[in-house]
Parts: sequence; C-alpha cells; structure tokens
Amino acid sequence: MKQILFDRIDEPGLNTLEVYERRGGYQSLRKALGMPREDVLASLLDSGLRGRGGAGFQMGRKVSFLPQGDMEKYLVCNADESEPGTFKDRELMQKSPHMLVEGVIIAAYAGSIRRSFIYIRGEYQLQADILEAAIAEAAEAGYIGERILGSEFSMSLVLHRGAGAYICGEETGLLDSLEGKRGNPRLKPPFPAIEGLYAGPTLINNVETLATVPHIIRMGGAEYAKIGTETSTGTKLVSISGDVKRPGNYEIELGIPSREIIYGLAGGPPSGRDVKFWFPGGSSSPVLTKDDLDVPYDFDSMAKAGSMLGSGAIIVADETRRVLDTALKLAKFYAHESCGKCVPCREGTNWTHKMLARIYTGEATPMDLDIMASVQEQIIGNCLCVLGDAMAMPIGSMVAKFRTELEAEIEAARERAGGADSDEVVGLGVADEHAGPIPVH
Amino acid sequence: MSPAIPVPRFAHGSRVPGWDDAVDLTKDPAVIPDPATTPVPDDLRREIESSMAKYPDRRSAAIPALHAAQAVHGYCSPEAITQVAAVMQLTPAYLTSVASFYDMLELQPRPKHDDVYICTNISCSLLGADELFDAMVAAVAGDETVHVSSFECLGACDIAPMASVNGEYVGPLNADDPQQILEDLRAGRPVLPNKQIRYRRSVDPGVRAEHDQFFAPDHSGRADTAGLSDTDQATDRLGPPAPIEIPPQESPPPHPEQT
Repeated sequence: MKQILFDRIDEPGLNTLEVYERRGGYQSLRKALGMPREDVLASLLDSGLRGRGGAGFQMGRKVSFLPQGDMEKYLVCNADESEPGTFKDRELMQKSPHMLVEGVIIAAYAGSIRRSFIYIRGEYQLQADILEAAIAEAAEAGYIGERILGSEFSMSLVLHRGAGAYICGEETGLLDSLEGKRGNPRLKPPFPAIEGLYAGPTLINNVETLATVPHIIRMGGAEYAKIGTETSTGTKLVSISGDVKRPGNYEIELGIPSREIIYGLAGGPPSGRDVKFWFPGGSSSPVLTKDDLDVPYDFDSMAKAGSMLGSGAIIVADETRRVLDTALKLAKFYAHESCGKCVPCREGTNWTHKMLARIYTGEATPMDLDIMASVQEQIIGNCLCVLGDAMAMPIGSMVAKFRTELEAEIEAARERAGGADSDEVVGLGVADEHAGPIPVH
Repeated sequence: MSPAIPVPRFAHGSRVPGWDDAVDLTKDPAVIPDPATTPVPDDLRREIESSMAKYPDRRSAAIPALHAAQAVHGYCSPEAITQVAAVMQLTPAYLTSVASFYDMLELQPRPKHDDVYICTNISCSLLGADELFDAMVAAVAGDETVHVSSFECLGACDIAPMASVNGEYVGPLNADDPQQILEDLRAGRPVLPNKQIRYRRSVDPGVRAEHDQFFAPDHSGRADTAGLSDTDQATDRLGPPAPIEIPPQESPPPHPEQT
C-alpha cells in the first residue's frame, strides 16, 4: 500500500516550509482556493473521511452542519492527544507540521471560517515549538493571514497550549479550556457546529483528520474513497504499544485484519507468547481477546465485534499479564481525570477504583464483580461527556470476559489475607489516600 | 472478613482537605486589582498582553498568562495571580479556579527544580514503568533539586517505559537510566541524547522502504527543530502575533465581574 500521511515522513527537514513545498506542499491549498467552496466541501463529503479522534463522525458532514451566512465561525484542531496508548498525532505534528497547517486552512475555507485554533496538550513542548515555527513560516509565506494567495479568503491561526488535563481532549471541555475556563464539558445539544467556541458555530477535528484534508483535495474525494472499505474509507495511523516487538505508528489501509497489524507489522508479543487481551482503540475501548484477532480493522467491524476503533491505538497484553493490574491502572486513571461535574462519572470511577484495589487486600468477594458490572452500566450514557463511559466500557468488558480469572484473584487474595495481617495493601502502590478501601456500611 | 483499613483523614476529621478552613465573612471577595497600583514586571506584562491580543476574548489567555507568571514566580503564587489579574482585568478568584484545574499549573510553593515525569499508564506499566518509577525515586533520594512524579499517559507509548525530563521525552528506559538521567541533569547536558524522541525514526515499513537513510542524532543536524535555538526548547514561547483585527463593535463584551 502507498503511504499517504506517512509518505517519506522521515525525510530530513520535512518540518520546514522549504522541504515541504519542494515535495508539493501547499499545492492542495492553491487548488482548493481555486475551487468554489461548495466543490471543496463536496470533495470532503465524497471522500467519506471519518473523524480520527475517536467518535468516527464523518468530517464532511460536520462541515456541512455549520450554518451558512456571515458570522464569526471558528475552527479548532484538537491536538490534545491524551488517550492512553495514542501517540500518532505526536509523530505527525513533529515530523510534518505543515501538513496539518495546510489541512486547517483548507478546512477553514470549506466552512468559510476566519479564525482557527490548534489546541495542543501542554506536555507536547517539542511538538508545540515545531508547530509554532511552522505556523510562523506559513504566515510569512502568505498562506495564513489576509487574502491568502490573492484570494478573497482570510484566516488567522493561533496555537494554544493546554496545561495538563485529559478531559480537555473532549470537544466541549476543550472549548471551555480554550475560552480560558476550567475544562468542564458542556451539555449537548447544542453541538459545537451550532454553538461552540465563544458561542459561535465551531468545527472541531482531530489532527489526523485535518492532516488528511490536503491529500483528499489532491487526489479528489472519490479517488480517496476507493481506499479502505465502503464505510471506513482511507488510511489510518495506528499506534501500537504494549507487549509487541516493534511498537510504533503504522499507516494502514482500513479494513485489513487486526492480526496483520499486531503480528505482521508490530511482530506480535515477544518470545512467541500468545496475546491475552488487547485494546483496539485506546484505553477507552472495550477489550478484545485473541479470538478476535481476525476482525477487520475498520470502524464498523470493530463496532460489530463489541468494541470500537476509537483513536486507533492498539495496546496488547500477552498471556503473562494479569487483567486485574490493567483494570486497576485504568480505573485509577479515569478517577483522577474525571472533572467531577457529573455524579455517575465522579463517583463511579472512584468506586470502581476502590473496589478493584480491595481485591488486592483480600477484602473483595465475588459478589463485588456483580456490583462493579452494575456500576459500569449506570455510568454509561448518564453523563455530559463520555469520560465515564470510557472507563465503564473497558472495565465492563474485562469483568465480562475474564470473570473466572478475577474470581480466582479474589479467592487467592482472600486466602492470603486470611492468615496474614491484612492492613497492608499489596500491589501497585495503591496504598494512597484515594485508594484506601473503605467499609461499605 | 478482615478488618477494614481506616480511611485517611485530615486533622480536622474530614476526608476533604481544608473544608473547615475559617472564612472571614466580614471581608469582601478580592476585587480586580488596580493596574495603576499593582507592580507587574514589564516582560510579564508584555507577554500577557500579546497573549490576550491573539484571542477574541481576553479570558482565553488565562492559561498562557498563568504559565508565563509561573515561569517568573516559580509557581502560581498569590502575587503571581494578582499580577495576572491586574493585567487581564479578571478577579483573582477566577484565575485561581483555572490554575487549580490544570496539572501543569502549581499552586503550592516549590523551590526551583528539575521535573522528571515517569509515565505509569497502561502501556508503560506493562513494560516495567512502576519499577522504573521506584528506581528513579530511589536514585534521587535526598536531592531536592529533582522532582520525580508519576504521570498519566504522556503520549509516547512507542518508547515505553518512558519519562519526560524537563519536557524532553526519553525512552525506552532500563534499570541503569535513572542514574544516567540524574548525572546528565547535574552536568547540565542533554539528557540521554540517544533515547530522545526527537531522533526516533518511524517504524512503519512503508516509510523505511522509501527512505533508507536517516539523519544521525547529532545536534547540528536536527532537522526537526529548524528555526529554534537550543535555549528556547523547554520554554513556553509566545507565538507570532496572529493577524487578528477586532473591529470596535466586536470587542469582547465586558466581563460581568467588572460591572
């Protein structure tokens, strides 16, 4: 397969305007500006490009939802890549920042948007510096600013650095954060396309989605749609990590078997061990097992298999791993990152973490697993955003798929605790004040 | 059933820190500081003002402004907050609410130090991040100029287990690396240059096939940091002034706290 986003991405100096232009950079922008807006939008719709951030909503349709007319509209690029296991945007922004900048400008043109922002997570300092330099170069060359390339279209682009909060990757939390507030999610609807940043219509897209836009314009929407499957078009960057021989980012054509990614590209677990479970789309996706390795890697097949493609981050755990350890890590993460606005998420993540920690101390009973499963059910769909769901779905799937193992863990820990002094919390340093098991009466 | 572990409580008997801290009800809430009587370092003022100019609503500059103030004061001290409040014309309470939300903005006093964040999220912990964290803590024991903390996913699972040392991503780390990190920090040289993410080559075979050679990781040939000098790598610099012109009728509406 021909690489699209990762085409010669290791070329030295690709982050500079000079090399990017030499390779045909910003030609798509010239082409787009020479087309009527409607045609650019039609190309995006034809391409069938689905959002690469997690939800997989069609990008062209998002643009078409923006109200017409002369008003202040905004484009926000979500570069707050914080989903555990995901690191594709990092490599893309670091090595080819101009691709993203060009995509932002074209998308803004399609939606007749005059102000654009890139919200990058605060921890990505190197990438932010590189992007900032790229934006400055692009502005100097006349790709950003007033009357771009002599057309009627003007746009500004500002890089905004976050300050460390997972929830700001959620689109409405991100908008609040960009407005200079605490990053609390908002009630939807109204969706950002109608009322987003500064209460204006706002187009929010992931880095990878926007970086694909120049290629769609170059190839034509219909041509792009020929790659991949019918409903999951194009290529996808997959971040694969955990127990594999060659972790990293790979560009794949959507619809190839998952086994080909995990074993073919990443080499499978080291020392020939078996896969025990894997997250197909970041830590928020329900886990799959080795029986699901032949599921095609695309949006619909993953949904049919009971999980989701999410951000395209595969985390593999081999047969030597305990499900409990990963579940506890997960729950601890989401309990820490919950913004606290909605009760089911704030309490649900916290209680799930405590119940899992309790297994280590030998205080849990197999009945806890039922309670845990019911807690997950009560979180899903009951909050403003999906952070709670993002914990409930994987934990729920772990309890369902590895119940026997978890029950054995509970029994073993109870036996251990029965003889010994059980005041000590064993395991992963969970004996902090947030993790202390508390009596349930 | 075994006896339950007691719930940790603070001195006042609650699990919530500071819930019963006395509030002086006779005192009015802090108002927006008067810019005329609040001294603000010129550099800081300029930085905050140019941040505000980038956005249609000046409040959007709260995070960049607090970052800048933190760089000057070491943390978001009451004085730092007051200075930002004076320039941005916001209440100190509003800025404190923002600062307390984000992990990278500090409200507690801290001496000048190096930050070592060890990622202990799923992928890294599968590959030994918890042990690495313990080793790092043990290595710096007693040295207050290095601050080690475990961190949520830093977005570099390809080099797991990894750490962010003063913002520089390094990995994959082994048992000897904590000591080396410490030595590099003390010597003031780049930390583990062979393991920095900026030099990591793509693993995608499609990329490798097209590009056999990869630039060697030496400082002169840093292709991906063109236009940046060594000194400003780790600092939060301001962007180029974006071409934004706000017509008078579109200027930000007055903040409710001002009226």
